[in-house]
Amino acid sequence: MWKTVLRRVLIMIPQVIILSILIFFLAKMMPGDPFSGQINPNTDPKQLEALKRAAGLYDPIPVQYGRWVGNLFKGDLGTSYIQHVPVTSLIADRAVNTFWLALLTTTISYGISIPLGITAGRHQDEWQDQAVQIFNYVTFAVPPFVFYILGIWLFGFTLGWFPISGSVSPNASGFWGTLGSQIYHIILPACLVALITTTSIVQYLRTGIVDNKVEDYVRTAHSKGVPENVVFRKHILRNSLLPIASSFGTTITGLLSGSMIVESVFSYPGMGKLFLDSIGQRDYTTLTALILIFGILTLLGNLLSDIIMSIVDPRIRIK
Amino acid sequence: MSEKKENTSTEEVNKKKVSAPASSIKVIAREIFKDKVALTAFIVIIAILLFTFGGSLFLNAEKVTETNIIDAYYGWGTNGHLLGTDDGGRDIVKLLIMGGRNSILIGMGVTAICEVVGLVVGLVSGYYGGYIDAIIMRIVDFIQVLPVMPIEIVLVTVIPHYSPLSLVWIISMFGWTGTARYFRAFILSQRGRDYVLASKTSGSSDFKIMFREVLPNITSMIIIDVVIAIASNIGVETTLSFIDYGLPSSVPSLGTLIGFANDPVNVVSRPWLWLPATVMLLAISLSINYVGRALQRAGDARQREN
Repeated sequence: MWKTVLRRVLIMIPQVIILSILIFFLAKMMPGDPFSGQINPNTDPKQLEALKRAAGLYDPIPVQYGRWVGNLFKGDLGTSYIQHVPVTSLIADRAVNTFWLALLTTTISYGISIPLGITAGRHQDEWQDQAVQIFNYVTFAVPPFVFYILGIWLFGFTLGWFPISGSVSPNASGFWGTLGSQIYHIILPACLVALITTTSIVQYLRTGIVDNKVEDYVRTAHSKGVPENVVFRKHILRNSLLPIASSFGTTITGLLSGSMIVESVFSYPGMGKLFLDSIGQRDYTTLTALILIFGILTLLGNLLSDIIMSIVDPRIRIK
Repeated sequence: MSEKKENTSTEEVNKKKVSAPASSIKVIAREIFKDKVALTAFIVIIAILLFTFGGSLFLNAEKVTETNIIDAYYGWGTNGHLLGTDDGGRDIVKLLIMGGRNSILIGMGVTAICEVVGLVVGLVSGYYGGYIDAIIMRIVDFIQVLPVMPIEIVLVTVIPHYSPLSLVWIISMFGWTGTARYFRAFILSQRGRDYVLASKTSGSSDFKIMFREVLPNITSMIIIDVVIAIASNIGVETTLSFIDYGLPSSVPSLGTLIGFANDPVNVVSRPWLWLPATVMLLAISLSINYVGRALQRAGDARQREN
């Protein structure tokens, strides 16, 4: 198994390098430089030129790229043009919020989709299956932001069950009070995102069960007299869970880097909201850092998925 | 555009083959009309197309987007505005017509580019295999792991002379990979078929085999993919417009209209601003996807017949 993991990590290295080059050029395309936010109108243009030269902005592109990567390894992602604080600390604050949202979303999502997928697969073509298929079709077809808007309108504003913005109530106090308030704030967005992330999990699980039902080993189990429930639990279900176990990695990192829309609708102070705020203020260092983080998260998610797959399914390991 | 041409030309080819049992298009049409829900969805699509494209013929784009603050925020049915007006006194019905048309057009434009690029890349990759396939698929893999939406948003803001056409290109840049992967899988399954081998033996060029022989065989797959891709590309455009990084503010879009719901005041007290557009987008997405699913079933049925 370690060979598989090592091979996957080796494949990832060129991807990370290309990603960093791409983002470097994207950053170069953005207007502004590290001094944009720090100068005042009285700054002498000559002095500014000297500062830029000293900072290496006129160096050849490969040299600049090398320095940028070097700084990345030192954990230096630059300083925000607007907030004048290191980007890393700015992002770290928000990343925690996004992480909790993603964690709760993943939990709810698997909590909904595993029973649904099992029901649909077990009762293939019966009414239960058709009901799940309709649910699946709606969650797949409708663009996510429409769900968020309708959800916040119905449960946030009209019924008033959940708060409509922020991550914690300002008058929450004490450890439990704050925690409770935080959970209360993320429950509605987490549920809404969870609903739309169920589609692929339900589909994989259903297809897996339907396909596995007619496999030879299931027929063998039936003919040797294994009870129906045990056949389902031990033979069919275990094999059908493989693909969804492996999709865990991409699901969670997908949520971490794809939370922009939901965070914007719920004014939730996470990384996605930070990204949209930064683009509104043209805070390009923060943007570059965030895109880099989103990209690396996606790569790590794929890696995690492949590692899980090679743990749960020995067949795909390389000899 | 060329996508449409290809479809119609294969349609003609299919019509010519009278002796063939049932052409893919006939099977598909039969399947659609058999399924009452699919038929309803189809009628909804036609109605929306008539409303948006037909309606926009009677509207002057500049007049629709002209602001007149005095008329701002009329409610439902006041002063002759059936669905009220927005913050700039613009009539919501007219904005729906223009916005719906723009969103659908962008969806179609992006789909056209993605399908053509995806089809060619998929054909070449699947047909030749080997190193070419390996290189192309690594590129596809790489684009698929990019954080697409953040990059799109940055491109939207940094590109000079930004226009609706730029948006089409930006979305297309990242949108073709799924299509390429989808078609590559089909080509792989066709590559070893007798008709391909026979054609190769008789000295046909690779180009001819790919585009004149393999391509007509996957027509129904293309139609299905086009239908579903249009819906999802409308989704991408409206999402970007919803957060203000899609169509320029002077060009109405369903996403921009739904974006009014970003302001809590509008959500609570001015639902006419965003609710009609939301309902329309819901109707578009649900019906196009349903028709797509019905087509998929028809395609599967046809494969079973073969």
